[in-house]
Amino acid sequence: METLEQLKARLETAIPNAKIEIVPNPSPVNQPSLLLDTESARAIAHFLRDDPQLRLDYCSNVTGVDWLKAGYLEAVYHLYSVALKHGPVILRMRTGNRADRVYLPSLTPVWRSCEFQEREVYDLYGIVFQGHPDLRRILMWDEFVDYPMRKDYVEPDDYEYDPTPHDDALEKARKHYPQAPAPLQTEAAQ
Amino acid sequence: MLGSGIIRGFIETARNFAGSYCSRERLTTIQYPEERLAQPESARIMPFLVFDGADPKAGLRCTACTICEQECPPQCIYIIKDAVKKPDHIGKMQMQPKVFDIDISVCMGCGICAEVCPFDSIKMDQVFELSSGERFNTFLLHKEQLAKPNEYFRKLHPSDAAETDARRAEDKIKAEAKARAAAAAAAAPKPPSSPKPGPPPKVPAPVPEHAEVAT
Amino acid sequence: MIAIDNDTEVKQELLEVSMGPHHPSTHGVFRMNVLLDGETVVKLKPVFGYLHRNHEKIAETNSYLASIPYTDRLDYICAMTNNWAYTLSVEKLAGIAVPPRAEYIRVIVSELTRLINHSCLAGFLLQDMGALGTPLMYAFREREKILDLFEALTGSRMMHNFMRFGGCRCDLPPGWVDGAKTIVAHFGPFLDEFEALLTGNEILRARTEGVGVLSGALAVSAGVTGPMLRASGVNYDIRKVDAYGAYGKFAFRVPLGQRGDVFDRYMVRILEMRESLKILEQALRELPDGPVIDPKAKLRNLRPKPGEAYGRIESPKGELGFYLISDGGPTPYRFRVRPPSLINVTILEDLCLGHSVADVVVILGSVDIVLGEVDR
Repeated sequence: METLEQLKARLETAIPNAKIEIVPNPSPVNQPSLLLDTESARAIAHFLRDDPQLRLDYCSNVTGVDWLKAGYLEAVYHLYSVALKHGPVILRMRTGNRADRVYLPSLTPVWRSCEFQEREVYDLYGIVFQGHPDLRRILMWDEFVDYPMRKDYVEPDDYEYDPTPHDDALEKARKHYPQAPAPLQTEAAQ
Repeated sequence: MLGSGIIRGFIETARNFAGSYCSRERLTTIQYPEERLAQPESARIMPFLVFDGADPKAGLRCTACTICEQECPPQCIYIIKDAVKKPDHIGKMQMQPKVFDIDISVCMGCGICAEVCPFDSIKMDQVFELSSGERFNTFLLHKEQLAKPNEYFRKLHPSDAAETDARRAEDKIKAEAKARAAAAAAAAPKPPSSPKPGPPPKVPAPVPEHAEVAT
Repeated sequence: MIAIDNDTEVKQELLEVSMGPHHPSTHGVFRMNVLLDGETVVKLKPVFGYLHRNHEKIAETNSYLASIPYTDRLDYICAMTNNWAYTLSVEKLAGIAVPPRAEYIRVIVSELTRLINHSCLAGFLLQDMGALGTPLMYAFREREKILDLFEALTGSRMMHNFMRFGGCRCDLPPGWVDGAKTIVAHFGPFLDEFEALLTGNEILRARTEGVGVLSGALAVSAGVTGPMLRASGVNYDIRKVDAYGAYGKFAFRVPLGQRGDVFDRYMVRILEMRESLKILEQALRELPDGPVIDPKAKLRNLRPKPGEAYGRIESPKGELGFYLISDGGPTPYRFRVRPPSLINVTILEDLCLGHSVADVVVILGSVDIVLGEVDR
């Protein structure tokens, strides 16, 4: 398979106005990725799937990442080819910010396997995928508010009895149960 | 013939049914709780603390290093160190735990605490009939309930205990040799004009096998 | 006698049924909102999340070592392959090498896990069809022997926690290889007995042939992997494509289906069990000596350098992958599990449209999901 630089050059000739960047990956596994802009992402995806040299017809994994310090959310796609048995080609798309500009184009019309995985990224991170046929929560219940996998998620202040609380569980226990419940009278009587 | 597949299936079932009266292999169940299967040596359910000798407090091997507390995946171990120190099997003063609680309703029985312990003091127990009538206090085990003698450890995990005992005996011998060499060097009279003798050759400190270099 | 007037229209309504989450045949807490026209499925929406245990967020606060027991509990029937996928990803991320004996042991336990999983699947599929327990108990009888082997090796029947970064936790106890060879020798005749019970059975054939047909093109686009993909005729087995571990050294074939219906998925799994036996015979014969883990490998406090890695294996259910992002600290920055069961369920609706309600249960059984993996 061609290198990522050659692939980037071909993509830039095939899809004008595409702004693609190579994101290096310092780990020993040699899996750098392509950062795409949101306007041309769908066209690039179609090209990657239909190009006879690549034929990346199988989208294996869609991941959401929350870059808290950098201030954006990211969706990472791992693409493989079942026809030509090569891969992976890794795509990334970043949102504008973590608050209101959280829209990314959905790649479900290109690869059907993104359907449930993009729903999960929406559910847990809050990235809204435009063009998704059925974007609703998948793992949390429908009325749930907030996005649990974000780095600044604060869990609600509910607390159940825990026999060995320590550190922050102990703080919560002290707030909710000023006095630990007594053991059952039947056991105590024995 | 329609139904021949089903009839062949019936022959299989009949063979297994009749066979369960004749061959042990086809009868795959035992009458629990009257009969019990023996557990293999490596079976692990929940942890326990090992103590040497007869006194569970003085002989407890645990030095409250809290490595097991840090590595425990669901964080079910709770340790508070004691201010008072006690000597270990080679005579070195070590800390000891004042509180050592394990919540076995949270413990997932993974055995990582036993794997990382540098002092062979926490090992995996094999008791699994632990159900109780109340869910709050019975599953929080304290130091007294967790401490079990080395003989119990030897019965449960014979080869592991044999290896540990051999290693600890060797450490003791080395420590005693080192102490004797240090005492002999201190007692020997120093000659006035000859050059000072170099320090006695150091016996390398016994490094427990499971210790990791702290970073 | 009531006369029925043929001119009067009989009012019809579509019935919405919620199959699950408390259901004996949905392989866990899995719910399907099915819209029925009589007995025929018009729409089907899967609903899950009842077993969501937040594995990915827990892993962000636990060290790399402490996440290994949690991976056991993803696809709880196949704990060994889950361990391997995770340790493979960490080894790729941190650049850790594995000694050859450990690679062979990993292959042996993974193929034994494949035997466990596929016999469980055959048993549960038959139970869903109504053969209440007999094929299941036959499959479980063989599974028990393999679980006894695993208990002797790792200490636990299902939650093995066996692989470490750079090898395995401990070496094989004495007599283990002979026990494994005995099981492998007896498994072939057991499969013959199992097939005599099932494969020719007319009821099984009538209920599974032509039901839930999945075309190869739709399967690839929907990200379906594993035996379900191969039953639709697509030749993609990660053990052959990536040749990870020691798989490049073994000769085995990849069974493919022709029609992509439930019967093909069942047959592909039976044939894969026979191929696994071939791999096991070769691996047990050629098992090399040596250490099972690098003696200088770091157990605690592993801090891979910043970077990311995606490692995948062919688990018995499909492609199980772990995507890890490290920021140089002791815990991963992002820990993502690519669950084959969840992605195989994506096209459940397409498979069930037009079939009857009874077929929905059979089709779900052939997809082979485990809720621990779907929900994580």
